[in-house]
Amino acid sequence: MAGFQDSWNNLRLLDQLAAQSTIIHRIHPLAKVWTTFFFLVAVISFDKYEITGFLPFLFYPVVVMILGDIPARALLKRILIALPFALGIGIFNPIFDQTQIPVWDGLTLSAGWLSFFSIIIRFFLTVLAALLLVATCGMERIATSLLVMKIPRIFVLQIIFMYRYLGVLMEEVARVLRAHTLRSLKDRGISFRVWGSLLGQLFLRTLDRAERIYQAMLCRGFTGAFPVMGKDKVTMKDVVYTIGWGVFFLLARFYNIPEFMGTLFMGGVQ
Amino acid sequence: MSHHIVEVQDIAYTYPNSNREALQGVSFRITHGESVGIVGANGAGKSTLLMHLIGFLFPSRGTVRVGDYPVTPKTLVQIRRSVGMIFQDPDDQLFMPTVFEDVAFGPRNMGLPPEEVETRVNQALDTVGALHLKDRPPYKLSGGEKRVVAIAAVLSMTPDILIMDEPSAALDPLARRRLINLLAEFKHTKIIVSHDLDLVLDLCERTIVLSEGRVIADGPTRDIFLDEKILAAGHLEKPLRMQACPVCGGQFEGS
Repeated sequence: MAGFQDSWNNLRLLDQLAAQSTIIHRIHPLAKVWTTFFFLVAVISFDKYEITGFLPFLFYPVVVMILGDIPARALLKRILIALPFALGIGIFNPIFDQTQIPVWDGLTLSAGWLSFFSIIIRFFLTVLAALLLVATCGMERIATSLLVMKIPRIFVLQIIFMYRYLGVLMEEVARVLRAHTLRSLKDRGISFRVWGSLLGQLFLRTLDRAERIYQAMLCRGFTGAFPVMGKDKVTMKDVVYTIGWGVFFLLARFYNIPEFMGTLFMGGVQ
Repeated sequence: MSHHIVEVQDIAYTYPNSNREALQGVSFRITHGESVGIVGANGAGKSTLLMHLIGFLFPSRGTVRVGDYPVTPKTLVQIRRSVGMIFQDPDDQLFMPTVFEDVAFGPRNMGLPPEEVETRVNQALDTVGALHLKDRPPYKLSGGEKRVVAIAAVLSMTPDILIMDEPSAALDPLARRRLINLLAEFKHTKIIVSHDLDLVLDLCERTIVLSEGRVIADGPTRDIFLDEKILAAGHLEKPLRMQACPVCGGQFEGS
Protein backbone atom coordinates (compact mmCIF):
# COMPACT_ATOMS: atom_id res chain seq x y z
CA MET A 1 0.00 0.00 0.00
CA ALA A 2 2.78 2.39 0.92
CA GLY A 3 4.50 1.36 -2.27
CA PHE A 4 1.45 2.31 -4.24
CA GLN A 5 1.11 5.68 -2.58
CA ASP A 6 4.76 6.29 -3.39
CA SER A 7 4.37 5.60 -7.06
CA TRP A 8 1.38 7.88 -7.07
CA ASN A 9 3.45 10.71 -5.64
CA ASN A 10 6.13 9.84 -8.15
CA LEU A 11 3.70 10.32 -10.97
CA ARG A 12 3.00 13.84 -9.80
CA LEU A 13 6.71 14.50 -9.47
CA LEU A 14 7.13 14.95 -13.22
CA ASP A 15 4.45 17.64 -13.17
CA GLN A 16 6.19 19.37 -10.31
CA LEU A 17 9.56 19.23 -12.01
CA ALA A 18 7.97 20.63 -15.16
CA ALA A 19 6.71 23.64 -13.20
CA GLN A 20 10.26 24.80 -12.39
CA SER A 21 11.81 27.80 -14.07
CA THR A 22 15.40 27.03 -15.01
CA ILE A 23 17.37 27.86 -18.16
CA ILE A 24 16.15 24.62 -19.68
CA HIS A 25 12.55 25.15 -18.64
CA ARG A 26 12.53 28.61 -20.18
CA ILE A 27 13.44 27.26 -23.59
CA HIS A 28 10.43 27.05 -25.88
CA PRO A 29 8.77 23.61 -25.65
CA LEU A 30 8.76 23.36 -29.43
CA ALA A 31 12.58 23.58 -29.44
CA LYS A 32 12.80 20.85 -26.81
CA VAL A 33 10.38 18.59 -28.64
CA TRP A 34 12.42 18.89 -31.87
CA THR A 35 15.69 18.35 -30.00
CA THR A 36 14.31 15.22 -28.37
CA PHE A 37 13.09 14.04 -31.76
CA PHE A 38 16.56 14.50 -33.32
CA PHE A 39 18.11 12.74 -30.35
CA LEU A 40 15.80 9.76 -30.69
CA VAL A 41 16.35 9.45 -34.43
CA ALA A 42 20.13 9.63 -33.99
CA VAL A 43 20.19 7.02 -31.21
CA ILE A 44 17.82 4.61 -32.92
CA SER A 45 19.54 4.81 -36.30
CA PHE A 46 22.81 3.26 -35.06
CA ASP A 47 23.98 -0.14 -36.29
CA LYS A 48 22.63 -2.99 -34.17
CA TYR A 49 26.03 -3.92 -32.69
CA GLU A 50 27.00 -0.35 -31.76
CA ILE A 51 28.17 0.24 -28.18
CA THR A 52 30.85 2.90 -27.84
CA GLY A 53 29.18 5.29 -30.30
CA PHE A 54 26.43 5.91 -27.73
CA LEU A 55 28.80 7.38 -25.19
CA PRO A 56 28.69 11.00 -26.45
CA PHE A 57 24.92 10.85 -26.41
CA LEU A 58 24.99 10.67 -22.63
CA PHE A 59 26.21 14.25 -22.76
CA TYR A 60 22.76 15.54 -23.72
CA PRO A 61 20.72 14.09 -20.82
CA VAL A 62 23.45 14.98 -18.34
CA VAL A 63 23.51 18.61 -19.46
CA VAL A 64 19.72 18.88 -19.41
CA MET A 65 19.54 17.27 -15.98
CA ILE A 66 22.13 19.61 -14.49
CA LEU A 67 20.86 22.84 -16.06
CA GLY A 68 17.22 21.83 -15.62
CA ASP A 69 17.71 20.88 -11.97
CA ILE A 70 16.22 17.43 -12.48
CA PRO A 71 17.17 14.85 -9.82
CA ALA A 72 18.83 11.93 -11.63
CA ARG A 73 17.71 9.37 -9.06
CA ALA A 74 14.03 10.00 -9.59
CA LEU A 75 14.38 9.56 -13.35
CA LEU A 76 16.53 6.44 -13.06
CA LYS A 77 13.90 4.83 -10.88
CA ARG A 78 11.31 5.49 -13.53
CA ILE A 79 13.48 4.05 -16.24
CA LEU A 80 13.75 0.81 -14.29
CA ILE A 81 9.98 0.44 -14.46
CA ALA A 82 10.17 0.21 -18.25
CA LEU A 83 13.28 -2.00 -18.24
CA PRO A 84 11.44 -5.36 -18.45
CA PHE A 85 10.14 -4.39 -21.89
CA ALA A 86 13.63 -3.79 -23.24
CA LEU A 87 14.87 -6.98 -21.60
CA GLY A 88 12.03 -8.86 -23.22
CA ILE A 89 13.03 -7.60 -26.63
CA GLY A 90 16.73 -8.25 -26.29
CA ILE A 91 16.92 -11.34 -24.09
CA PHE A 92 17.03 -13.91 -26.89
CA ASN A 93 19.71 -12.19 -28.93
CA PRO A 94 22.63 -13.85 -27.06
CA ILE A 95 21.07 -17.26 -27.70
CA PHE A 96 20.28 -16.91 -31.38
CA ASP A 97 23.16 -14.74 -32.57
CA GLN A 98 26.30 -16.71 -31.70
CA THR A 99 28.70 -15.15 -34.23
CA GLN A 100 31.91 -14.21 -32.45
CA ILE A 101 33.08 -10.64 -32.84
CA PRO A 102 36.52 -9.45 -31.67
CA VAL A 103 36.08 -6.61 -29.19
CA TRP A 104 39.44 -6.23 -27.54
CA ASP A 105 42.95 -7.58 -28.03
CA GLY A 106 42.27 -11.30 -28.46
CA LEU A 107 38.91 -11.14 -26.66
CA THR A 108 35.77 -12.00 -28.58
CA LEU A 109 32.15 -11.73 -27.62
CA SER A 110 29.12 -13.25 -29.28
CA ALA A 111 27.29 -10.78 -31.49
CA GLY A 112 24.11 -11.58 -29.60
CA TRP A 113 25.48 -10.11 -26.39
CA LEU A 114 26.63 -7.01 -28.23
CA SER A 115 23.23 -6.39 -29.78
CA PHE A 116 21.61 -7.11 -26.42
CA PHE A 117 23.68 -4.45 -24.68
CA SER A 118 23.12 -2.14 -27.61
CA ILE A 119 19.36 -2.48 -27.12
CA ILE A 120 19.65 -1.82 -23.39
CA ILE A 121 21.75 1.30 -23.93
CA ARG A 122 19.38 2.54 -26.62
CA PHE A 123 16.45 1.91 -24.32
CA PHE A 124 18.15 3.76 -21.50
CA LEU A 125 18.95 6.80 -23.63
CA THR A 126 15.61 7.07 -25.38
CA VAL A 127 13.46 6.63 -22.26
CA LEU A 128 15.67 9.09 -20.41
CA ALA A 129 15.26 11.66 -23.19
CA ALA A 130 11.50 11.21 -23.19
CA LEU A 131 11.27 11.56 -19.40
CA LEU A 132 13.46 14.64 -19.51
CA LEU A 133 11.19 16.17 -22.10
CA VAL A 134 8.17 15.67 -19.84
CA ALA A 135 10.10 16.89 -16.78
CA THR A 136 11.20 20.08 -18.52
CA CYS A 137 8.05 20.92 -20.50
CA GLY A 138 5.04 19.28 -18.87
CA MET A 139 2.56 17.24 -20.85
CA GLU A 140 0.32 20.18 -21.83
CA ARG A 141 3.12 22.15 -23.41
CA ILE A 142 4.36 19.12 -25.28
CA ALA A 143 0.84 18.62 -26.58
CA THR A 144 0.65 22.24 -27.70
CA SER A 145 3.97 21.85 -29.49
CA LEU A 146 2.80 18.67 -31.19
CA LEU A 147 -0.23 20.57 -32.46
CA VAL A 148 2.05 23.28 -33.83
CA MET A 149 4.04 20.51 -35.52
CA LYS A 150 0.82 19.51 -37.28
CA ILE A 151 0.43 16.18 -35.53
CA PRO A 152 -3.28 15.30 -35.97
CA ARG A 153 -5.33 16.67 -33.11
CA ILE A 154 -6.92 13.33 -32.34
CA PHE A 155 -3.55 11.79 -31.42
CA VAL A 156 -2.53 14.74 -29.32
CA LEU A 157 -5.83 14.60 -27.43
CA GLN A 158 -5.28 10.90 -26.82
CA ILE A 159 -1.90 11.57 -25.28
CA ILE A 160 -3.04 14.41 -23.12
CA PHE A 161 -6.12 12.65 -21.80
CA MET A 162 -4.33 9.38 -21.24
CA TYR A 163 -1.89 11.27 -19.08
CA ARG A 164 -4.63 13.03 -17.13
CA TYR A 165 -6.86 9.99 -16.75
CA LEU A 166 -3.92 7.99 -15.49
CA GLY A 167 -4.23 10.06 -12.33
CA VAL A 168 -7.95 9.35 -12.12
CA LEU A 169 -7.35 5.61 -12.45
CA MET A 170 -4.59 5.67 -9.84
CA GLU A 171 -6.82 7.46 -7.34
CA GLU A 172 -9.49 4.82 -7.77
CA VAL A 173 -6.90 2.06 -7.41
CA ALA A 174 -5.67 3.65 -4.19
CA ARG A 175 -9.19 3.73 -2.79
CA VAL A 176 -10.02 0.15 -3.73
CA LEU A 177 -6.73 -1.11 -2.30
CA ARG A 178 -7.22 0.85 0.91
CA ALA A 179 -10.71 -0.59 1.34
CA HIS A 180 -9.37 -4.06 0.63
CA THR A 181 -6.47 -3.79 3.05
CA LEU A 182 -8.70 -2.56 5.85
CA ARG A 183 -11.00 -5.53 5.63
CA SER A 184 -8.61 -8.28 4.64
CA LEU A 185 -6.78 -8.13 7.99
CA LYS A 186 -3.99 -10.48 7.01
CA ASP A 187 -1.89 -8.34 4.74
CA ARG A 188 -0.86 -11.04 2.30
CA GLY A 189 -1.64 -9.26 -0.92
CA ILE A 190 -4.79 -9.79 -2.94
CA SER A 191 -5.97 -13.34 -3.35
CA PHE A 192 -6.53 -14.37 -6.95
CA ARG A 193 -10.18 -15.05 -6.19
CA VAL A 194 -10.98 -11.39 -5.61
CA TRP A 195 -8.82 -10.07 -8.43
CA GLY A 196 -11.61 -10.49 -10.95
CA SER A 197 -14.26 -8.53 -9.11
CA LEU A 198 -11.69 -6.01 -7.91
CA LEU A 199 -10.54 -5.20 -11.41
CA GLY A 200 -14.11 -5.24 -12.70
CA GLN A 201 -15.11 -2.76 -10.00
CA LEU A 202 -12.16 -0.61 -10.81
CA PHE A 203 -13.01 -0.58 -14.49
CA LEU A 204 -16.63 0.40 -13.89
CA ARG A 205 -15.76 3.06 -11.35
CA THR A 206 -13.15 4.56 -13.59
CA LEU A 207 -15.57 4.54 -16.48
CA ASP A 208 -18.14 6.43 -14.39
CA ARG A 209 -15.56 8.86 -13.22
CA ALA A 210 -14.27 9.48 -16.74
CA GLU A 211 -17.84 10.10 -17.84
CA ARG A 212 -18.33 12.73 -15.13
CA ILE A 213 -15.07 14.44 -15.93
CA TYR A 214 -16.03 14.53 -19.57
CA GLN A 215 -19.41 16.02 -18.66
CA ALA A 216 -17.69 18.67 -16.56
CA MET A 217 -15.51 19.50 -19.56
CA LEU A 218 -18.50 19.77 -21.86
CA CYS A 219 -20.13 22.09 -19.34
CA ARG A 220 -17.18 24.38 -19.74
CA GLY A 221 -17.52 24.56 -23.48
CA PHE A 222 -15.13 21.78 -24.49
CA THR A 223 -15.64 21.08 -28.19
CA GLY A 224 -12.76 18.73 -28.91
CA ALA A 225 -10.27 21.48 -29.67
CA PHE A 226 -7.66 21.61 -26.98
CA PRO A 227 -7.14 25.23 -26.02
CA VAL A 228 -3.62 26.33 -26.81
CA MET A 229 -1.86 27.32 -23.64
CA GLY A 230 0.52 30.21 -23.05
CA LYS A 231 1.59 31.04 -26.58
CA ASP A 232 5.23 32.06 -26.18
CA LYS A 233 7.16 33.26 -29.18
CA VAL A 234 10.03 31.16 -30.47
CA THR A 235 13.16 33.27 -30.01
CA MET A 236 16.66 33.13 -31.44
CA LYS A 237 17.80 31.34 -28.28
CA ASP A 238 15.41 28.46 -28.93
CA VAL A 239 16.55 28.10 -32.53
CA VAL A 240 20.20 28.06 -31.46
CA TYR A 241 19.42 25.44 -28.80
CA THR A 242 17.80 23.10 -31.31
CA ILE A 243 20.37 23.58 -34.05
CA GLY A 244 23.26 23.30 -31.59
CA TRP A 245 22.09 19.96 -30.29
CA GLY A 246 21.13 18.83 -33.79
CA VAL A 247 24.66 19.44 -35.04
CA PHE A 248 26.12 17.68 -32.02
CA PHE A 249 23.89 14.64 -32.57
CA LEU A 250 24.89 14.54 -36.25
CA LEU A 251 28.59 14.63 -35.37
CA ALA A 252 28.20 12.01 -32.68
CA ARG A 253 26.20 9.85 -35.04
CA PHE A 254 28.59 9.86 -37.97
CA TYR A 255 31.94 10.17 -36.21
CA ASN A 256 32.82 7.79 -33.42
CA ILE A 257 33.97 10.46 -30.99
CA PRO A 258 35.31 8.09 -28.27
CA GLU A 259 37.36 6.24 -30.88
CA PHE A 260 38.58 9.52 -32.29
CA MET A 261 39.58 10.77 -28.83
CA GLY A 262 41.31 7.46 -28.25
CA THR A 263 43.44 7.75 -31.36
CA LEU A 264 44.11 11.37 -30.50
CA PHE A 265 45.52 10.55 -27.08
CA MET A 266 47.11 7.22 -27.90
CA GLY A 267 48.81 8.72 -30.91
CA GLY A 268 47.25 6.30 -33.33
CA VAL A 269 48.73 3.13 -31.81
CA GLN A 270 47.24 0.17 -33.68
CA MET B 1 -30.05 39.73 -23.64
CA SER B 2 -31.56 36.40 -22.73
CA HIS B 3 -34.10 36.01 -19.97
CA HIS B 4 -32.51 33.68 -17.49
CA ILE B 5 -35.44 31.40 -17.09
CA VAL B 6 -35.44 27.66 -16.74
CA GLU B 7 -38.64 26.01 -17.81
CA VAL B 8 -39.37 22.32 -17.57
CA GLN B 9 -42.65 21.07 -19.02
CA ASP B 10 -43.97 17.63 -18.19
CA ILE B 11 -40.71 15.79 -18.75
CA ALA B 12 -40.35 12.05 -18.38
CA TYR B 13 -37.27 9.90 -18.63
CA THR B 14 -36.54 6.19 -18.34
CA TYR B 15 -32.97 4.95 -18.10
CA PRO B 16 -32.00 2.31 -20.63
CA ASN B 17 -32.50 -1.23 -19.28
CA SER B 18 -34.90 0.00 -16.65
CA ASN B 19 -38.64 -0.37 -16.56
CA ARG B 20 -39.22 2.41 -14.03
CA GLU B 21 -39.55 6.03 -15.07
CA ALA B 22 -36.90 8.04 -13.23
CA LEU B 23 -38.85 11.20 -14.01
CA GLN B 24 -42.60 11.02 -14.43
CA GLY B 25 -43.94 14.30 -15.75
CA VAL B 26 -41.96 16.98 -13.93
CA SER B 27 -42.89 20.61 -14.57
CA PHE B 28 -41.73 23.92 -13.11
CA ARG B 29 -40.64 27.37 -14.18
CA ILE B 30 -37.79 29.22 -12.56
CA THR B 31 -37.55 32.90 -13.42
CA HIS B 32 -34.73 35.41 -13.63
CA GLY B 33 -32.73 35.82 -10.42
CA GLU B 34 -34.66 33.22 -8.46
CA SER B 35 -32.83 30.90 -6.10
CA VAL B 36 -34.43 27.48 -5.93
CA GLY B 37 -33.61 24.44 -3.84
CA ILE B 38 -34.37 20.99 -5.19
CA VAL B 39 -34.67 18.42 -2.44
CA GLY B 40 -35.85 14.87 -2.09
CA ALA B 41 -34.94 11.33 -1.10
CA ASN B 42 -32.04 9.40 -2.61
CA GLY B 43 -33.18 8.13 -5.95
CA ALA B 44 -36.02 10.65 -6.21
CA GLY B 45 -34.73 11.85 -9.58
CA LYS B 46 -32.76 14.94 -8.58
CA SER B 47 -29.59 14.05 -10.47
CA THR B 48 -31.57 12.86 -13.47
CA LEU B 49 -33.32 16.21 -13.50
CA LEU B 50 -30.01 18.10 -13.41
CA MET B 51 -28.72 16.03 -16.31
CA HIS B 52 -31.68 17.31 -18.33
CA LEU B 53 -31.01 20.96 -17.49
CA ILE B 54 -27.52 20.81 -19.03
CA GLY B 55 -28.34 18.49 -21.89
CA PHE B 56 -26.59 15.31 -20.85
CA LEU B 57 -29.93 13.55 -21.03
CA PHE B 58 -32.90 14.38 -23.18
CA PRO B 59 -36.47 13.70 -22.02
CA SER B 60 -38.51 10.99 -23.68
CA ARG B 61 -41.49 13.27 -23.29
CA GLY B 62 -41.92 16.99 -22.59
CA THR B 63 -39.54 19.91 -23.12
CA VAL B 64 -36.79 21.75 -21.26
CA ARG B 65 -36.07 25.41 -22.03
CA VAL B 66 -33.11 27.33 -20.70
CA GLY B 67 -33.02 31.05 -21.45
CA ASP B 68 -34.17 31.56 -25.02
CA TYR B 69 -33.40 28.06 -26.19
CA PRO B 70 -35.02 24.65 -25.93
CA VAL B 71 -32.45 22.10 -24.74
CA THR B 72 -31.73 20.00 -27.83
CA PRO B 73 -28.51 18.50 -29.18
CA LYS B 74 -28.23 21.50 -31.53
CA THR B 75 -28.44 24.19 -28.87
CA LEU B 76 -25.99 22.65 -26.40
CA VAL B 77 -23.27 25.23 -27.03
CA GLN B 78 -25.60 28.12 -26.13
CA ILE B 79 -27.10 26.21 -23.20
CA ARG B 80 -23.75 25.36 -21.68
CA ARG B 81 -22.56 28.89 -22.12
CA SER B 82 -25.42 30.30 -20.08
CA VAL B 83 -25.57 27.52 -17.50
CA GLY B 84 -22.70 26.96 -15.09
CA MET B 85 -22.76 23.53 -13.49
CA ILE B 86 -20.87 22.89 -10.27
CA PHE B 87 -20.35 19.18 -9.71
CA GLN B 88 -20.70 17.36 -6.44
CA ASP B 89 -17.09 16.16 -6.45
CA PRO B 90 -14.71 19.01 -7.31
CA ASP B 91 -12.14 16.39 -8.33
CA ASP B 92 -14.31 15.60 -11.32
CA GLN B 93 -14.11 19.21 -12.37
CA LEU B 94 -10.48 20.11 -11.76
CA PHE B 95 -8.07 18.32 -14.03
CA MET B 96 -5.61 20.89 -15.33
CA PRO B 97 -2.10 21.13 -13.86
CA THR B 98 -2.61 24.43 -12.02
CA VAL B 99 -5.55 26.33 -10.60
CA PHE B 100 -4.99 29.11 -13.12
CA GLU B 101 -5.03 26.74 -16.08
CA ASP B 102 -8.11 25.07 -14.74
CA VAL B 103 -10.09 28.26 -14.30
CA ALA B 104 -8.86 29.35 -17.75
CA PHE B 105 -10.14 26.16 -19.37
CA GLY B 106 -13.67 27.48 -19.92
CA PRO B 107 -12.79 30.98 -21.17
CA ARG B 108 -10.22 29.48 -23.55
CA ASN B 109 -12.81 27.10 -24.92
CA MET B 110 -14.96 30.16 -25.54
CA GLY B 111 -12.17 31.40 -27.80
CA LEU B 112 -11.39 34.54 -25.79
CA PRO B 113 -8.07 36.33 -26.36
CA PRO B 114 -5.32 35.59 -23.78
CA GLU B 115 -5.55 38.99 -22.02
CA GLU B 116 -9.30 38.61 -21.57
CA VAL B 117 -8.79 35.05 -20.31
CA GLU B 118 -6.33 36.29 -17.72
CA THR B 119 -8.62 39.10 -16.54
CA ARG B 120 -11.53 36.72 -16.20
CA VAL B 121 -9.52 34.13 -14.32
CA ASN B 122 -8.23 36.73 -11.89
CA GLN B 123 -11.69 38.18 -11.38
CA ALA B 124 -13.28 34.78 -10.80
CA LEU B 125 -10.56 33.71 -8.35
CA ASP B 126 -10.82 37.05 -6.58
CA THR B 127 -14.59 36.72 -6.22
CA VAL B 128 -14.25 33.41 -4.40
CA GLY B 129 -11.21 34.63 -2.45
CA ALA B 130 -8.80 32.11 -3.98
CA LEU B 131 -6.44 34.37 -5.88
CA HIS B 132 -3.53 33.19 -3.75
CA LEU B 133 -4.06 29.61 -4.94
CA LYS B 134 -3.50 30.57 -8.57
CA ASP B 135 -0.28 28.65 -9.19
CA ARG B 136 -1.02 25.65 -6.99
CA PRO B 137 -1.89 22.27 -8.48
CA PRO B 138 -5.59 21.55 -7.74
CA TYR B 139 -4.96 18.06 -6.36
CA LYS B 140 -2.99 19.57 -3.47
CA LEU B 141 -5.78 21.84 -2.25
CA SER B 142 -8.02 21.15 0.73
CA GLY B 143 -11.65 20.19 0.18
CA GLY B 144 -12.90 23.74 0.83
CA GLU B 145 -10.29 25.26 -1.48
CA LYS B 146 -11.14 22.78 -4.23
CA ARG B 147 -14.79 23.69 -3.91
CA VAL B 148 -14.25 27.44 -4.32
CA VAL B 149 -11.82 26.89 -7.21
CA ALA B 150 -14.43 24.70 -8.92
CA ILE B 151 -16.90 27.55 -8.47
CA ALA B 152 -14.38 30.06 -9.87
CA ALA B 153 -13.86 27.76 -12.86
CA VAL B 154 -17.55 28.11 -13.63
CA LEU B 155 -17.79 31.85 -12.81
CA SER B 156 -14.98 32.65 -15.26
CA MET B 157 -17.40 31.77 -18.05
CA THR B 158 -19.87 34.38 -16.70
CA PRO B 159 -22.91 32.10 -16.74
CA ASP B 160 -26.41 33.49 -16.16
CA ILE B 161 -27.62 30.44 -14.31
CA LEU B 162 -25.72 28.44 -11.68
CA ILE B 163 -26.61 24.84 -11.02
CA MET B 164 -25.06 23.18 -7.99
CA ASP B 165 -25.11 19.56 -6.95
CA GLU B 166 -24.59 19.18 -3.19
CA PRO B 167 -22.38 22.28 -2.85
CA SER B 168 -21.79 21.78 0.88
CA ALA B 169 -20.88 18.08 0.68
CA ALA B 170 -17.70 17.22 2.60
CA LEU B 171 -17.05 20.77 3.79
CA ASP B 172 -16.17 21.63 7.37
CA PRO B 173 -18.68 23.93 9.12
CA LEU B 174 -16.60 27.08 8.58
CA ALA B 175 -15.95 26.34 4.91
CA ARG B 176 -19.66 25.58 4.55
CA ARG B 177 -20.62 28.90 6.12
CA ARG B 178 -18.18 30.78 3.89
CA LEU B 179 -19.63 29.03 0.86
CA ILE B 180 -23.16 29.99 1.88
CA ASN B 181 -22.12 33.62 2.31
CA LEU B 182 -20.40 33.56 -1.06
CA LEU B 183 -23.36 32.05 -2.86
CA ALA B 184 -25.72 34.51 -1.16
CA GLU B 185 -23.83 37.35 -2.85
CA PHE B 186 -24.33 35.97 -6.36
CA LYS B 187 -27.08 37.57 -8.38
CA HIS B 188 -27.37 34.61 -10.76
CA THR B 189 -30.41 32.43 -11.11
CA LYS B 190 -29.50 29.57 -8.78
CA ILE B 191 -30.63 25.97 -8.70
CA ILE B 192 -29.26 24.06 -5.73
CA VAL B 193 -29.70 20.34 -5.24
CA SER B 194 -28.91 19.41 -1.66
CA HIS B 195 -29.69 17.30 1.37
CA ASP B 196 -28.38 20.15 3.50
CA LEU B 197 -31.75 21.69 4.26
CA ASP B 198 -30.29 24.42 6.45
CA LEU B 199 -28.28 25.56 3.45
CA VAL B 200 -31.41 25.53 1.32
CA LEU B 201 -33.19 27.53 4.01
CA ASP B 202 -30.39 30.12 3.95
CA LEU B 203 -30.05 30.45 0.20
CA CYS B 204 -33.32 29.57 -1.48
CA GLU B 205 -36.59 31.42 -1.13
CA ARG B 206 -38.29 28.66 -3.10
CA THR B 207 -38.04 24.88 -2.84
CA ILE B 208 -39.15 22.04 -5.08
CA VAL B 209 -39.57 18.63 -3.46
CA LEU B 210 -39.16 15.58 -5.69
CA SER B 211 -40.37 12.12 -4.83
CA GLU B 212 -40.25 9.09 -7.08
CA GLY B 213 -39.80 11.17 -10.19
CA ARG B 214 -42.61 13.62 -9.44
CA VAL B 215 -42.85 17.12 -7.99
CA ILE B 216 -44.76 16.70 -4.73
CA ALA B 217 -44.36 20.27 -3.55
CA ASP B 218 -43.21 23.57 -5.00
CA GLY B 219 -43.41 26.75 -2.97
CA PRO B 220 -41.78 29.08 -0.45
CA THR B 221 -39.03 27.23 1.40
CA ARG B 222 -40.30 28.05 4.88
CA ASP B 223 -43.81 26.82 4.20
CA ILE B 224 -42.55 23.57 2.78
CA PHE B 225 -40.17 22.87 5.63
CA LEU B 226 -43.02 23.44 8.11
CA ASP B 227 -45.28 20.93 6.38
CA GLU B 228 -44.69 17.62 8.12
CA LYS B 229 -46.62 15.68 5.48
CA ILE B 230 -44.45 16.90 2.63
CA LEU B 231 -41.27 16.36 4.62
CA ALA B 232 -42.24 12.77 5.41
CA ALA B 233 -43.18 12.02 1.81
CA GLY B 234 -39.85 13.44 0.63
CA HIS B 235 -37.83 11.44 3.19
CA LEU B 236 -36.84 14.76 4.75
CA GLU B 237 -36.62 16.15 8.20
CA LYS B 238 -37.07 19.70 9.43
CA PRO B 239 -33.88 21.71 9.07
CA LEU B 240 -32.04 21.65 12.41
CA ARG B 241 -32.61 25.33 12.91
CA MET B 242 -36.34 24.87 12.72
CA GLN B 243 -36.36 22.07 15.28
CA ALA B 244 -36.88 22.63 18.99
CA CYS B 245 -33.75 23.60 20.87
CA PRO B 246 -32.56 20.52 22.81
CA VAL B 247 -31.44 22.71 25.73
CA CYS B 248 -34.18 25.28 26.25
CA GLY B 249 -36.93 23.75 24.13
CA GLY B 250 -37.31 27.04 22.24
CA GLN B 251 -39.03 26.84 18.85
CA PHE B 252 -38.45 28.36 15.44
CA GLU B 253 -40.49 31.54 15.31
CA GLY B 254 -42.48 30.40 12.29
CA SER B 255 -43.87 27.23 13.83
